[in-house]
Amino acid sequence: MDALDGNAIAGPLAEVFGTEMTTATGICISCGRSSQVAGFAVYLQGPGIVARCGGCAAVLMVLVEIRGMTCVDLRGLSSLG
Amino acid sequence: MSPVSRGFRGRRRPDADPARVPPGQHVTDDFPVLSAGPTPHTPLDKWTFSVGYGADSVSWTWPEFRALPAQTLTADIHCVTRWSKLGTTWEGVPVDSLLDQVEHDAEYVLAFCDGGYTTNLPLEDLTGGRAWIAFGYGGEPLEPVHGGPARLLVPHLYFWKSAKWVRGLQLRDDDEPGFWETYGYHMYGDPWLEQRYAGD
Amino acid sequence: MARAALRRRLTWQAATVDAVVEETARARTIVLSVPDWPGHLAGQHLDVRLTAEDGYRAERSYSIASAPGEPVAITVERLDDGEVSPYLTQELRPGDVLGLRGPVGGYFVWEPADGGPLLLAAGGSGIVPLRAMLRHRQRSGATAQARLLYSSRSQAEVIYAAELGQLAADGVEVICTFTRRSPAGWTGYARRVDAALLAEVAWPAGQAPLAFACGPTSFVETVATGLAGLGYPAGRIRTERFGATGAR
Repeated sequence: MDALDGNAIAGPLAEVFGTEMTTATGICISCGRSSQVAGFAVYLQGPGIVARCGGCAAVLMVLVEIRGMTCVDLRGLSSLG
Repeated sequence: MSPVSRGFRGRRRPDADPARVPPGQHVTDDFPVLSAGPTPHTPLDKWTFSVGYGADSVSWTWPEFRALPAQTLTADIHCVTRWSKLGTTWEGVPVDSLLDQVEHDAEYVLAFCDGGYTTNLPLEDLTGGRAWIAFGYGGEPLEPVHGGPARLLVPHLYFWKSAKWVRGLQLRDDDEPGFWETYGYHMYGDPWLEQRYAGD
Repeated sequence: MARAALRRRLTWQAATVDAVVEETARARTIVLSVPDWPGHLAGQHLDVRLTAEDGYRAERSYSIASAPGEPVAITVERLDDGEVSPYLTQELRPGDVLGLRGPVGGYFVWEPADGGPLLLAAGGSGIVPLRAMLRHRQRSGATAQARLLYSSRSQAEVIYAAELGQLAADGVEVICTFTRRSPAGWTGYARRVDAALLAEVAWPAGQAPLAFACGPTSFVETVATGLAGLGYPAGRIRTERFGATGAR
């Protein structure tokens, strides 16, 4: 199934971070690739949203909605900003 | 806070036996494709399935795996994203027969898959005729988007435990959280107790 | 400007359908009334949430079809086996309400100050945000040259056909390609966009063009790869992928 891109999660990210995030730059902790959030490979259909590195496919970011609250895990990024 | 939209029902089938539908679920005729990553495409001549405990492990190639006695079964499946599909038919190798090949006194299992997905279960939930390594769905070979060539099938738990593209079972003494469990989903996942998230 | 002074927390709110416009047999534009709409940029989208009486919910994202300053509108194309698009294109009527979050998106956005020449590549319903950009360009009097490459299955599935004809008369180059059925007497492109087609259509890289590609993932990746191969720097190719559902 084809991945979408970080544009697809602009809404959930804006809600969590309080600001527009698709132009933020993230660095993959696995391969060091630097990319705007809009360039992440995003998998939307699932128990949560998974954003992967466009280079090495490592998981960068996971968003899960738990009891109505969106939790975001950024462990796959060495930086985001 | 979102309003109710007049006339919106989604694609749901209304006429299912409620006794077969766990709390908070709705029945669908579709088979939604859910994924945390790209669909792997391991060639069958490279595919192996292994069951290991500590340093001991046993492994099957695809021809060896397909030579094992298999069963056809019908099951209701329940996804934590709230869809349920009733009466799905599968063909697979009972996990009981695979576990019999390894000497162990493990209590837990971590299933691991192509693409890096993992999920954890108590070993007991893979025994007693409740789990299969499934290679067929609806009378056809299991399609890659649904986990083919083979996936774990454990219908009595939420379907994220039925790991797609499974390549083996790591038997363990401790309950190591798998992919979704790490991000807040329940360690066990009984749909009838609505164990969706950690703490439920 | 009042909009800049307000720091609205982005979350779900209720929107009312003002009007629906049937664009093609499968596509409909839905004009919305959104309380305290802060305005939007060309290329942004919004998220729609439909809630059934029993609490069942479905969410989809749709690009905003209207230009900044115009009433908020989305264009939805119906997928036969869709869950949301059949409802939005067939059942929904003026006065109905839906949940909405937006506008969102800061990457796939064009403003006149960004200049051109613009190369807009649309695959199917990927035309929607690009149409917003073209409307914005026209309404703002921007002088950047614009060229639209629009891939559709057939002429019947071309959205905004009359408007595109008018834009063409006003100097926007509109190049269509049809992937299933071409119109009678058609002498233009009749195949999926590929590197060779892009080479014929794209502005030369030396003109420092700005490209926006929107549509299904495979279309967007073909265009992005093709333009990179023609020398477009990565930073001058903006992409937005739609799912098989037509929305995200």
